[in-house]
Amino acid sequence: MDRLDSAAPGNGDVAGTGGPLRWLESQKNRLIVLTFLAGLAMFLPLISNNYVLEVMTNVWFYVMLCLGLNIVVGYAGLLDLGYAAFFAVGAYTTGILTSHFGVNFWLTIPAAVLFSICAGVIIGGPTLRLRSDYLAIVTLGFGEIVRIIARNLEITGGASGLIGIEKPSLFGFEISQISHFYYVFLLLACLACFVSYRLQHSRLGRAWQYVREDEDAAEAMGIDRVAIKLYAYVIGAIFGGVAGCFFAAKMTAISPETFMFQQSVLILLGVVLGGMGKIPGVIIGAFALVLFPEVFRDLGSSRILVFAIVMLVIMLYRPEGIWPEKKT
Amino acid sequence: MTLQDILLQQLANGLILGSFYALVALGYTMVYGIIKLLNFAHGDLYMIGAFLGFLVLSVLSPLIGDSWVGIMCSMVLSMIAVGLLGVLIQRIAYQPMLSAPRLSILITALAVSMILSNGVLAFTDGEYLAFSTDLGYEGLEFGNVFITYTQMVLVGAAALLMSALYLFVHRTMYGKAMRAIAIDKDACRLMGIHVNRIIALTFFIGTSLAASAGIMAGAYYGSIHFFMGFVIGLKAFTAAVIGGIGSIPGAMLGGLLLGLLESFGTQIPFIGTEWKDVFSFGILILLLVFKPTGILGRTEIERM
Repeated sequence: MDRLDSAAPGNGDVAGTGGPLRWLESQKNRLIVLTFLAGLAMFLPLISNNYVLEVMTNVWFYVMLCLGLNIVVGYAGLLDLGYAAFFAVGAYTTGILTSHFGVNFWLTIPAAVLFSICAGVIIGGPTLRLRSDYLAIVTLGFGEIVRIIARNLEITGGASGLIGIEKPSLFGFEISQISHFYYVFLLLACLACFVSYRLQHSRLGRAWQYVREDEDAAEAMGIDRVAIKLYAYVIGAIFGGVAGCFFAAKMTAISPETFMFQQSVLILLGVVLGGMGKIPGVIIGAFALVLFPEVFRDLGSSRILVFAIVMLVIMLYRPEGIWPEKKT
Repeated sequence: MTLQDILLQQLANGLILGSFYALVALGYTMVYGIIKLLNFAHGDLYMIGAFLGFLVLSVLSPLIGDSWVGIMCSMVLSMIAVGLLGVLIQRIAYQPMLSAPRLSILITALAVSMILSNGVLAFTDGEYLAFSTDLGYEGLEFGNVFITYTQMVLVGAAALLMSALYLFVHRTMYGKAMRAIAIDKDACRLMGIHVNRIIALTFFIGTSLAASAGIMAGAYYGSIHFFMGFVIGLKAFTAAVIGGIGSIPGAMLGGLLLGLLESFGTQIPFIGTEWKDVFSFGILILLLVFKPTGILGRTEIERM
């Protein structure tokens, strides 16, 4: 394990091919940029209008989702095409518990985590023993199942979904304005970064990397292949579930159409675009994901087409993503 | 209607649905068998087949009408066109990725699928197009159950295509080469088989079968939509897994079985039509738990 540790990526310089990336190789320059960006993120609500805040809140939200999926796809190398299902599980847990049963918002988060874990184990348990292709298609089917269930049950509000979900309050302070939610999602995104970073450099993270690169060798070294993959799958599910809780609280209304297959694909695109397995890459991917449609509003319905072409070109010419993890 | 009539009616529905599933599942299974790729774009090629058939039919119908002759002609033309599109996709997107990590090629296939479906979305603005045909409603009556000639011809055509494929794979040199490549690609190359050419041929046949199913489904249900390939792609994969992925008779059997299960499933209390998809994905998940190799698949489980 020690040898693996020293070869672990992320601690050190970036494989810069030139230009700004090379400039970023110096630790000092990186620190300057990071401090500047962090300051900008902190004080953004003071200097910008509601539109920018809305978009940026969305960015932080997708950062969290993409980091969650990154654990499954990037760290463990499993293709999950139904990630929106976990996001739906979290959102509906909060929606149902607060509007039907009057449960406090904060108490719905542990419930959502619990349900996400259950869903992850139910789907991951049987399929993770098989080829990764099977997992891809089963997660796709699972995503559809969750959406169809949400559309057909009475408790989930059917096709029109749930409305009037209460906004949460903390110690008497009601989180209602967009600037409040901006900080909530910024905090969540930072938390997701921190947890991802710690996981990547943990014993579990090294095991994921090992299984991803060579499954048979990993098993020969005593790594429990199925258990390790299941951890990745379940942790990814928890990220999605928690993000879903806050999504429901922010939107105050959820409908099954939010959790369509396209949603899962968008999140996956964010992970693939920036570089699978690398936290800054995934964050850049999430930014691109949210900002691209805002900038190119005129494209309308063909923007997914453009996304898909970008995805294909990236896979063909830069399969590791825009800013990939450094292989040693 | 008596219970017997209902069952007979559902048998007919199930056979038609099952024929569509089987035709699409064949392409999945052939491509998977030969290059171990799960072609996510396969369902979308079914959809492209339906749209191309629609296009050809609307051009041809002033000349030869939109009855049987017209539909058959447009079906053949669109099968050839979609088959070539399949080969093109294989050459551009899959060929360079064959040696890449498995995750990359899966994402590539997903990207191709999205390009196809969203490309059609951009062209049609997401509207349902009416696939108008002039097939008539004559048919035969069995007791209280009425089965149109159209339904019989559909099942017959599907059976014909599948038998032709079976003969092709088992009686010709090309078929033998396909089966050999599925076992050992490198040995085939040493034996002087043009591996890439045979892979292209496999894509051609697989995608044109999907296209044939697309046109038949379009003509039968009367409307086509850019998203019609998504669910059938999933179902066909389920069918291929039921039969044992990589096995050609397995895909046919699995398709018919899934079609019948779905039609009869809608008759079970509490499983209405809205739960139909949940029912078949549930079958898929249960099957993967208890018998991942399917009915006719090989017993070894590859670990990747």
